[in-house]
Amino acid sequence: MTTTSRETVAMRASAIHAGYRGVPVLHGVSIEVQAGEMLAIVGPNGAGKSTLLKVLSGSITPAAGSVELFGRPLNSIERREFARTVASVGQENAVAFRFTVLEIVLMGRAPHLGAFRFESPHDLEIATAALDRFDLRHLAARHIQELSGGERKRAFLARALAQEPKIALLDEPTAFLDLKHVAEIFARFRELCAEHGMAVVATLHDLNAAALYADSVLLLADGAAVAYGTPAEVLTAENLRRVYETDVYVGRNPSTGALIVLPAALPNSRA
Amino acid sequence: MNAPASNPAPEAHLTRARLLSILSILTILLIVCAIAGLLFGTAHISLERAVSDPDSPDHAIFFAARLPRVLMGVIVGAMLAAVGTALQALVRNPLAEGGILGISGGGALGAILALVLSAKIGGGEATVPLCAFGAALLSTVAVYRLAMVDGQLEPFTLLLVGVIFNAFWGAAIMLVNSVVNFYYAHSILFWLMGSLEAPTYGEAAMVAGLGLAGFAVLMYRARDLNLLSLGDESAAELGVDVDRLRRTIFVATSVMIGAAVSVSGIISFVGLIVPHTLRLIFGADHRLLLPASLIGGAAFMVAADLIARVAIAPAEIPVGAITALCGGPFFIYMLRREGRKPFSL
Repeated sequence: MTTTSRETVAMRASAIHAGYRGVPVLHGVSIEVQAGEMLAIVGPNGAGKSTLLKVLSGSITPAAGSVELFGRPLNSIERREFARTVASVGQENAVAFRFTVLEIVLMGRAPHLGAFRFESPHDLEIATAALDRFDLRHLAARHIQELSGGERKRAFLARALAQEPKIALLDEPTAFLDLKHVAEIFARFRELCAEHGMAVVATLHDLNAAALYADSVLLLADGAAVAYGTPAEVLTAENLRRVYETDVYVGRNPSTGALIVLPAALPNSRA
Repeated sequence: MNAPASNPAPEAHLTRARLLSILSILTILLIVCAIAGLLFGTAHISLERAVSDPDSPDHAIFFAARLPRVLMGVIVGAMLAAVGTALQALVRNPLAEGGILGISGGGALGAILALVLSAKIGGGEATVPLCAFGAALLSTVAVYRLAMVDGQLEPFTLLLVGVIFNAFWGAAIMLVNSVVNFYYAHSILFWLMGSLEAPTYGEAAMVAGLGLAGFAVLMYRARDLNLLSLGDESAAELGVDVDRLRRTIFVATSVMIGAAVSVSGIISFVGLIVPHTLRLIFGADHRLLLPASLIGGAAFMVAADLIARVAIAPAEIPVGAITALCGGPFFIYMLRREGRKPFSL
């Protein structure tokens, strides 16, 4: 994190203050993500995780502070160019009308296409590769409304991939998914980080996933950074106890050595 | 990547070939409806005599009554259905339509006021459609603004506001009707019921011109309308300027509704039935759905007008009554269906 050359900083946000309708949520948060790095944003409900992600995706204009994309200020980048560089997947993925999964994934090609242009074989190839990466090929012709929650989430991740972004912003990408899909989705994004130098910023409730998959972790509480660094530096029992106001056990998986985070206190009813 | 990238499902997305073949089929359907509309009617005419003998009554009926009427049906039906498709995409709700949202009612009131006032103070030929367009645009913006709750478009609030506007404009039109002299009463009723009666070729050409201009704008934004189905935020993240798109669609659809209403009055439900049926059969891609609605709406309207002319011949039912009689139950059916699955909106 500390040794950075200017060329490889994919996204930098400095001293961000932001909120909704004048109600401040973020108070001076800064992040820096390298190409190929996965940053997890963790913290309790209402800490400002999603708000920070929305500032990075340009959905919210910060009241103060700046966001840079490969060294260029966010507000100097044209909308469609931004969409070719940054892809976002939000928590809610309701779709009006019955589009097929393939149509949804092909929508990720929109920022690359002119107004009247149909998707070329090249676009179809990219969409198909995105479907394959998330194991969705067999669902390509299905309507998005017919999919299970996990399948639908993967379809939206595949759409983001079809944008061929250099940065992916994911809001709770694995919420409500089972263990297998959580592991697979993170494995896929780790591949993308390694193969394509994609930078990934994800908000996560699952601290173990953050510990296991992220290169760096930002721990937010009440709209401010409590700690920012490697998982081992940030996810300490002391930090987590303070932020989550509950007793936490932080240890190591005896077979892999990976960091594990567990609630330490038994519920009162069982004590 | 993981596997050889061949097309995983050729039928699962729109290709140029698929677009052209579907539009061809719909065009054939339209031609069939148009021929039926030209051949059948209150009076029996011989097409041969109509073409060969310019002094025959057949000629007069064919060129002065049937042809302009079928043309007007084509134009108005095409526009109403295309506008319905665009409005549904814009508000992400398959129940939206110019009539239901009160936009046609606003346009009709504008047209009626222009008609009544321009007789008093004088005005050019374009006064009525211009006022219809202006009032339709005002109505669109008002309905849309009132349906926003905390910056979000609330589908059921939108329908409710639209229905209220519809009733309000209807009441305002009745008010105008009761204060103007008897001379206008028939034409005001005509606007309320919707009819393709007695258009001139000049009117048809003007409405067609405005309609095509509006439709070109809709087509230009067709893919952006697809992206809007993902929600405002996702559309913006895919490079769409959502506010600008919305303003563009407001103006284009208001021009089209204003033009259609100024010649045909309020013909409701065409913009609901046609897009919904086509969407069920051909899918949701607006690059296909918009032109398909254009052609399908024209065919539907010509067919509905033929029924209006022959069902109780020699008397005639206003075509708006036919579409509303079909559309009312259809709307209820869709409302029930949509109500069961809240996330489809």
